[in-house]
Amino acid sequence: MRWLEYLVFLGIVVGLAKPTGLYLARVFEGRPTWLDPVLRPVETLILAILGVRRDREMSAPLYFLSFVLFSLLGTLALFALLMLQTALPGGPADKYLSTPTTPDLALNTAISFATTTTWQAYAGESTMRYLTQAVGLVSQNFLAGAAGLAVGIAFIRGLARTDSPTIGNFWVDLVRAILWVLLPIALVGGIVLMWQGVPMNFAPYTQAHTLEGPVQTIAQGPVAALELIKNLGTNGGGFFNVNGAHPYENPTPLVGFIALLAIAVLPASLTMTFGEMTARPRAGWVLLGVMVALFVGGLAVCDQAEAARPPQLAAIHLVGGNMEGKETRFGVGDSVLTAVVTSNGATGSYDSMHDSFEPLGVMVPLVNMLLGEIIFGGLGTGIYGIVMIALVAVFLGGLMIGRTPAYLGKQVTASETKLIALYMLLTPLVVMSLSALALTSKDGLAAVVTNTGSHRLTEVIYAYASSMANNGQTMASLNANSPFYNVTTGVAMLAGRFGLAGLALALAGRFAAQGRLATTSGTLPTDTISFGALVLGTVVIVGALNFLPALALGPVVEALQR
Amino acid sequence: MSDAEEARPSPSAALALLARQCLEQLRPAAIGLVLLTLITGAAYPAVLFGVGRAFFSDQANGSLVLRGGAVVGSTLIGQGFSRPEYFQPRPSAAGNGYDATQSSGTNLAPANPKLIEQVRQSAQAYRKLNGLAPDALAPIDGVTSSGSGLDPDISPQNAALQAARIAKARGIGETVVKALVAANTRGPDLGFLGAPRVSVLELNLALDRAAPMPKR
Repeated sequence: MRWLEYLVFLGIVVGLAKPTGLYLARVFEGRPTWLDPVLRPVETLILAILGVRRDREMSAPLYFLSFVLFSLLGTLALFALLMLQTALPGGPADKYLSTPTTPDLALNTAISFATTTTWQAYAGESTMRYLTQAVGLVSQNFLAGAAGLAVGIAFIRGLARTDSPTIGNFWVDLVRAILWVLLPIALVGGIVLMWQGVPMNFAPYTQAHTLEGPVQTIAQGPVAALELIKNLGTNGGGFFNVNGAHPYENPTPLVGFIALLAIAVLPASLTMTFGEMTARPRAGWVLLGVMVALFVGGLAVCDQAEAARPPQLAAIHLVGGNMEGKETRFGVGDSVLTAVVTSNGATGSYDSMHDSFEPLGVMVPLVNMLLGEIIFGGLGTGIYGIVMIALVAVFLGGLMIGRTPAYLGKQVTASETKLIALYMLLTPLVVMSLSALALTSKDGLAAVVTNTGSHRLTEVIYAYASSMANNGQTMASLNANSPFYNVTTGVAMLAGRFGLAGLALALAGRFAAQGRLATTSGTLPTDTISFGALVLGTVVIVGALNFLPALALGPVVEALQR
Repeated sequence: MSDAEEARPSPSAALALLARQCLEQLRPAAIGLVLLTLITGAAYPAVLFGVGRAFFSDQANGSLVLRGGAVVGSTLIGQGFSRPEYFQPRPSAAGNGYDATQSSGTNLAPANPKLIEQVRQSAQAYRKLNGLAPDALAPIDGVTSSGSGLDPDISPQNAALQAARIAKARGIGETVVKALVAANTRGPDLGFLGAPRVSVLELNLALDRAAPMPKR
């Protein structure tokens, strides 16, 4: 039954990849779509107000700076809103808001939402006003998600174009991403979620007189407004503390399944957009194939670990898999699928508590994040993540057979290789340095007190891997709301968002300016199954070289100790 | 003609051009942020709110359950039960148990001695309450805490093991209880999504309707 759910999920994602990918290509190449009669006039109006001309394209540096500027203003606006939120009208009543939005928490949260990380150092129901969530957080889920998609499309253009000094206009891409992609899906999806039971109100917290007498206060709010877009924009920050495990966020397995599709379908289909725009559809299929292979591998390991009877509890004579931190309606299967998809999709909207996963179970989401979200990945960011790995494979393959490395007719010379190498090194550099800092400082260690042994190491690395990957999920026993973690995870989020996107766009600019080499018998073919295998091997080698020591001391030791 | 084609002279001149172009982006960035925030952060939630009110007002308001005109809970949110005549939910780590303003799991690692001790005690209590042998197999959902601490459901196996106790406490036949359990059991969504489950609050409400307890 679990594998049926996994298979149906993969089938839908792969099945929708082609049509969705072609639609995205149409949207961002400005070709007609069936939504045009409604959306064209709106787009024209918005661009006129912004003072942007569709045909005025940007160089790669300018595109990147526009992206940074927009994100920066978004961060500042959200920071201001969070600092002033006590003055906002509406619920929940002050007595329930026990966590103050201190400057460090507000800054961390603002960076986090503007970078699609949506790491939560706070608990939604005891921190946020309804209006903060609806106006501040929901909007940043859309805007940051759309900005990521825009950057991904601009990156694809770099490989698609020849002799071009430009890679598109950020504002045009941003507006198209919102109007043609995110808003229509979020509208339909939001309505389906309300039908399934996700609340959408601004009411005071409910006072329920329970059957046995005591009063139960039930947190309410405009949950449905956040629920779909948090997944679609690959943001993932929940309305409540426990995110997708909360029955108001995720009342039925059907809602959970829709959420997972919202996370994975667009990033998976970007491989097809890539194939379409570069006129190399087979190259797109190869990338998607690599993603699916890695996906299935991670799923198998996590499923194996969680579905078995927890070995530590063997003496207590229990029936069933590891249900600590999991919801009955999801069971082990849905919880495992969600852990794998949310960690692959740069979306932290877990529906079970990963801190209580078996060591090898939680290692899977950790590895997914450390690899840089290349399996489907974040909206727009996933495509440049996997292409970067493919470029390393091209370089390695070229070395092995003694040929000049080239990908889709684009030469990978010394200066391109430097950008690619920097991209590959940034994640280990940031994650391992910050983890080391946390593990050697009093403030860093003060946050990991619930659990013991090597599990604590895993919790710290998990936090920085999640921030760097702009994922946002956490092993929640980490007490992340302290100035130390609010600042250091904020640094990792910025590096993961703008460091990686900057390198990707710089590379895109260089590729766009190049011509295209003719394919000859001397070209390393990059649209074959054997190239896919080479990419897969590259993922494993790069991942192992970077992170094996850390993993060995964390989850692996813990798994061997039991 | 695109911006980047305008000039390609010395690096410093190119940098100055980029800086000027960047300044020009301030206006779309600032206006864009305000305008797009209004569309996605005000208009979008407002439309959903309107649709929810018009078509799904029960769900939009939190799927609250009324009995005798008073709100007794939400079908989606678990609540605490400790009396023997009610089906018992899973252990909860939300606040002091089923606190729906403080959703939380235990976040204890599987090898944490604290967790193993908690589960051991829960299993002991579970077996004692339901009259099971001290080494009888217990359903794991009945002795572990959920992720949210607000899990409204238990597994059908868990409910089946509690049925005899309920029947005794209420002085009714076990078949009556089992029929109520069956009526409040949902299979996986669409036949393959998630796991089968029994809603504790809805089942206990049905019990109170079928075999009311004398007033305490």
